[in-house]
Amino acid sequence: MRSASSSRSRWGLRTLGLGYLALLLLAPLVLLFYKTFEHGLAPPLDAITSPDGLHALKLSLLMVAIAVPLNTIFGVGCALLLVRHRWKGNAVIDSVINLPFAISPVVIGLSLFLLYGTKGWLGPDLAEAGIEILFSVPGMVLASIFVSVPFVVRETVPVLQEIGTEQEQAATTLGANAWQTFWRITLPSIRWGVAYGVVLTTARVLGEFGAVSIVSGSRSGETETLPLFVQKAFDNFEPAGAYGASVLLALLALSTLLAMNVLKRKEDA
Amino acid sequence: MGITVEGASKRFGDFQALNDVSIEVPNGSLTALLGPSGSGKSTLLRAIAGLESLDGGRVLIDGEDVSAKPVQKREVGFVFQHYAAFKHMTVFENVGFGLKIRKWDKAKVADRVHELLQLVQLNGLADRYPSQLSGGQRQRMALARALAVEPQVLLLDEPFGALDAKVRKDLRTWLRHLHEEMHVTTIFVTHDQEEAMDVAGQLVVMNEGRVEQSGTADELYENPANEFVMSFVGEVNRLGEDYVRPHDMEVVLEADERTQEGMVQRIVALGFEIRVEFVLADGAEIWAQLTRLELQRLELREGQIAYLRPIQTKSFNGSSPSSDHGASTPPVAL
Repeated sequence: MRSASSSRSRWGLRTLGLGYLALLLLAPLVLLFYKTFEHGLAPPLDAITSPDGLHALKLSLLMVAIAVPLNTIFGVGCALLLVRHRWKGNAVIDSVINLPFAISPVVIGLSLFLLYGTKGWLGPDLAEAGIEILFSVPGMVLASIFVSVPFVVRETVPVLQEIGTEQEQAATTLGANAWQTFWRITLPSIRWGVAYGVVLTTARVLGEFGAVSIVSGSRSGETETLPLFVQKAFDNFEPAGAYGASVLLALLALSTLLAMNVLKRKEDA
Repeated sequence: MGITVEGASKRFGDFQALNDVSIEVPNGSLTALLGPSGSGKSTLLRAIAGLESLDGGRVLIDGEDVSAKPVQKREVGFVFQHYAAFKHMTVFENVGFGLKIRKWDKAKVADRVHELLQLVQLNGLADRYPSQLSGGQRQRMALARALAVEPQVLLLDEPFGALDAKVRKDLRTWLRHLHEEMHVTTIFVTHDQEEAMDVAGQLVVMNEGRVEQSGTADELYENPANEFVMSFVGEVNRLGEDYVRPHDMEVVLEADERTQEGMVQRIVALGFEIRVEFVLADGAEIWAQLTRLELQRLELREGQIAYLRPIQTKSFNGSSPSSDHGASTPPVAL
């Protein structure tokens, strides 16, 4: 009787878990895809390939192209610092890294606004030097970097802890300097943690709305990323544009995850 | 290449890992650093390799002070207890790592790696990954990797500690043969006195960050400098102020002026060797090591009274008249 009841409770849990996911995650996505292609491929395609749509796509990819490499380099360096060089400042770094997780993106956007605005700390000096941060691409890049800082660090730290230092020490006894040890031993050993962090960072940068919305000014064809494009189309009662861009975002995110899985399977084989 | 350590000291927080340690390892020898865990033996080995910096003292390899030399430049081969295999590389790439760092050309690397794989009996496994090897194979790969760069000295940190008893025995015999062929000055760390005596020509016994005694296995066994060494390199009983090895206890059935009365508490047969445990009149527990033949002759049974006569005892406070060997024997320099 015991095993029967435990198998029943196992099925119960499974149903609950899958039902929860289906209702809250899958149903809205499925509905989005359905709505988008309700009247065929043409309407969403036209909306995305409009000049503003294409510009938004390009700008979103530009955010990824700048923010992801920077946060990857910073993230791996930071993880190495946290795990391999124990000192008192680590606790501070550790908490600060988590700030973007804890603070609402809108608040992040607002704080950038306060820093770089015309009455902000740095704004006036930068304006004098001819550098525009707010309502232009640099500000949006800063916001994207800010919100996506923690991912690579958080994914890399546990992997670094797990591999330990013996392999690195062995490499140094064989004559490898610090740089060679990093490239030939450390990085290959943590690459899946880093890759996973990169995927999460990419997804976060692509989807970022709140912070970027505040610092960009959201000018169509100039400072509008895909999420902002979706918002504007939605506000203007242009369902084709809103759904089309949403689906595009979802597909970009899915393909990133898929690429990760394919690479991982290749590695395991 | 001889190795000299002079006055080495190292602290980790409140823990004094090395306390003014000096050792001398002659060129071409195979030396064991023997001691319980926490005795500083691994720290000393890592300090020789340059993996640990010393708070005080210095390390000389072949007469040259290498204390300030980084580990990369010391030309030591180091073998770790848990192999430290490069998991993302094949056996071939692991063994060739040091050569690749030294920018050898590919054909030469391949020749050398195959030569080494032959030596450690791993030929045919060059394309495997470490995860596809057994523990013993991994450790032989690690050894080949360390030997590939022709190190001046070979340092092994509890190299067989993670292996099971049978593989351990095979590997230590094999290490001894390898050393006879290669003649590279080798130091290996172990907490197993049998392993140390089996493999090494010279032993350094360490305890609580200090060297207790150095010498050959025979010297340490026959003339231990103190109680610690005596009990660490072999079994020992305590009779008041005296120490006596179980095989130096004679069991007889009739009392005389040199015997002590004891009751047989337990008889344990360990193959050829029989361990007979006694309780003395004062409550002290000691045991004697007998052969099967001796046991049969004495017809001992548990609960029976018998008499114990120590053939040879040792005392380390120097005042006991019953000691045959004093503790004043100076530690034998290596």
